Amino acid sequence: MQEETPWIEDTERQGQVYGIMVEFEEPEPLLAAARRARAQGYTCLDAYSPFAVEGLIELIGERDHRVATMTLIGGLTGGVTGYVMQYFAATVSYPFNIGGRPLHSAPAFIPVTFELTILFAAFFALISMLLMNGLPRPYHPVFNVPTFARASQDRFFLCIRADDARYDAATTRTFLESLGGVGVYDVDA
Amino acid sequence: MDQQPREAKEATPPPPVIDPRESYARINREVAGIPLGRPSLGWFLAALLGLLLTGLLAVTITWLLWRGVGIWGVMIPVAWGFAITNFVWWIGIGHAGTFISAFLLLMHQDWRTSINRFAEAMTLFAVSCAGLFPLLHMGRPWLFYFLLPYPDTMGLWPQWRSPLVWDVFAVSTYLLVSLLFWYAGLVPDLATMRDRAKSKLAKILYGVFALGWRGSARHWQRQELAYVLLAGLATPLVISVHSVVGLDFAAAIVPGWHSAFFPPYFVAGAIFSGFAMVLTLAIPLRSIYGLEGLITQRHLSNMAKMMLVTGLIVDYSYAMEIFMSWYSDDKFEWATTVYRMFGNYAFVFWIIILCNICMPQFFWFERVRTSPLALFVVALFCQLGMWLERYMIVITSLAHDFMPSAWRTFHGTFWDWTMLIGTIGFFGLAFILFVRVLPSISMSEARELIHRVHKGLGEPPGSGG
Repeated sequence: MQEETPWIEDTERQGQVYGIMVEFEEPEPLLAAARRARAQGYTCLDAYSPFAVEGLIELIGERDHRVATMTLIGGLTGGVTGYVMQYFAATVSYPFNIGGRPLHSAPAFIPVTFELTILFAAFFALISMLLMNGLPRPYHPVFNVPTFARASQDRFFLCIRADDARYDAATTRTFLESLGGVGVYDVDA
Repeated sequence: MDQQPREAKEATPPPPVIDPRESYARINREVAGIPLGRPSLGWFLAALLGLLLTGLLAVTITWLLWRGVGIWGVMIPVAWGFAITNFVWWIGIGHAGTFISAFLLLMHQDWRTSINRFAEAMTLFAVSCAGLFPLLHMGRPWLFYFLLPYPDTMGLWPQWRSPLVWDVFAVSTYLLVSLLFWYAGLVPDLATMRDRAKSKLAKILYGVFALGWRGSARHWQRQELAYVLLAGLATPLVISVHSVVGLDFAAAIVPGWHSAFFPPYFVAGAIFSGFAMVLTLAIPLRSIYGLEGLITQRHLSNMAKMMLVTGLIVDYSYAMEIFMSWYSDDKFEWATTVYRMFGNYAFVFWIIILCNICMPQFFWFERVRTSPLALFVVALFCQLGMWLERYMIVITSLAHDFMPSAWRTFHGTFWDWTMLIGTIGFFGLAFILFVRVLPSISMSEARELIHRVHKGLGEPPGSGG
């Protein structure tokens, strides 16, 4: 399942076609359509919906767990940063004897370590999610379809991209029209 | 109703978490219509009141910076006064927002869907109000950065063993993580706003913050994953924040503060007062904007049950606090307990008993849980009670510690009260503006919920009664 490259230079595709799109009113026909497109051998697919549709990602592409990995890395970074910073400050940079307590007061270092773990992990989670999604990206060819504004409201779209090996303007269009959607649109690049 | 046989009563399904008559289009219209429609006269009047009180806050802060913290009633020994009382109260209110959005998400509680967005907004505004108090209480707030670990020319570092330094990290992390979590859920809804907005300016502004969201299945998958991860991070965070606030007290040797159960006691109190605030905001919101189909009777009733549970934990803590003070056989601890009940501030203690112990018991009755007006009134009592509880903890312990020669009674001055009222005004103004600018209910999650209801998939097991 090929994901399109984010940040692609759209000017290179002037006058070309990005793909063809079919519109549905409910998520179930969209799921059925995606299944049939896969059966037809199409691989460069994308689906757009106003809420997360269960089971759709498995038909369109693959689950991407890298956000979780990045969050773990962020958390570990934050935790290590927090603890090392306190250890360095309290024992090396500014050792200060307070009532004979050990300079390396491990239990007292836990709260700040914990807070920084959470803080870093949260930033990594959100930022990695946005960057892997290729956002922010103000312009995208799919926005050229006038009814696509409803993809964020109450309509469900399946798009077959023109860079698909099996893409052919006429046959792909006929195939999409056979899926029983409420409309089929060319997506200008 | 109580005469019904028990079996028949159990067979009745609970009211739905969303009105089945809702649809994608109706959700969009109802929720997105609030910011995109015209504001009513009542909205302007409420905003004006909020603006006036925010002005009062600005005047108070200006005067405070000009004259110093002496304009407040704080003195030695009662050095914490209103500032810390208000800080603990506000930050506690914030806790319910995170609890609803994070903890209830992990527990698959569907009824969080319609209330999480504005509850999180409430958290952000409440934490902002809370942050003001310790900052201004420092006396020289422009030197606040002394609290942060930065390479300064004096070669100094924060004192890592102090709960007050932990507070700086806990509260700032809480504010930032709440903001990130809120935004992660808001992006798809901002795309809806962008696509529904009529005016060019609104399109551009919503468009910029929607980051070009287009609802791709790949995006949704990563967004959902990040959202659950953020919920998993926010859940322990919300417990930690008020625990650290509790440690501010517990780590001191002052009688009435020095007890090991302060962290869980404070967390329960925080969630209790926070749910009270969510009810205070939700009840007018749903009736003014006609959102009864999304914020249903079930939501209000569940929140009342949450208040009952956390309220009972708080009541248990009160009982334990008194018992331990007697059982410890520490003369100073017991003297403080007696002082709280029968001393200069006795009226505060007895109002707390009324507000936090007696009033929530009404939530045992279904009649009360299903009456928005009754819920609203009880919730206001609980908020008053929780403010007074923090007032009692802060003031009585300091005013009446070890040496009779050091005892002094504290009373809030005019500027103490304007500061408190000013932050309430600021909080209200921020919330009023939020309602007019952003969707107050998560539309994408509400659509998913109504889709499940329509398809007869029902609610997942354990979706809360």
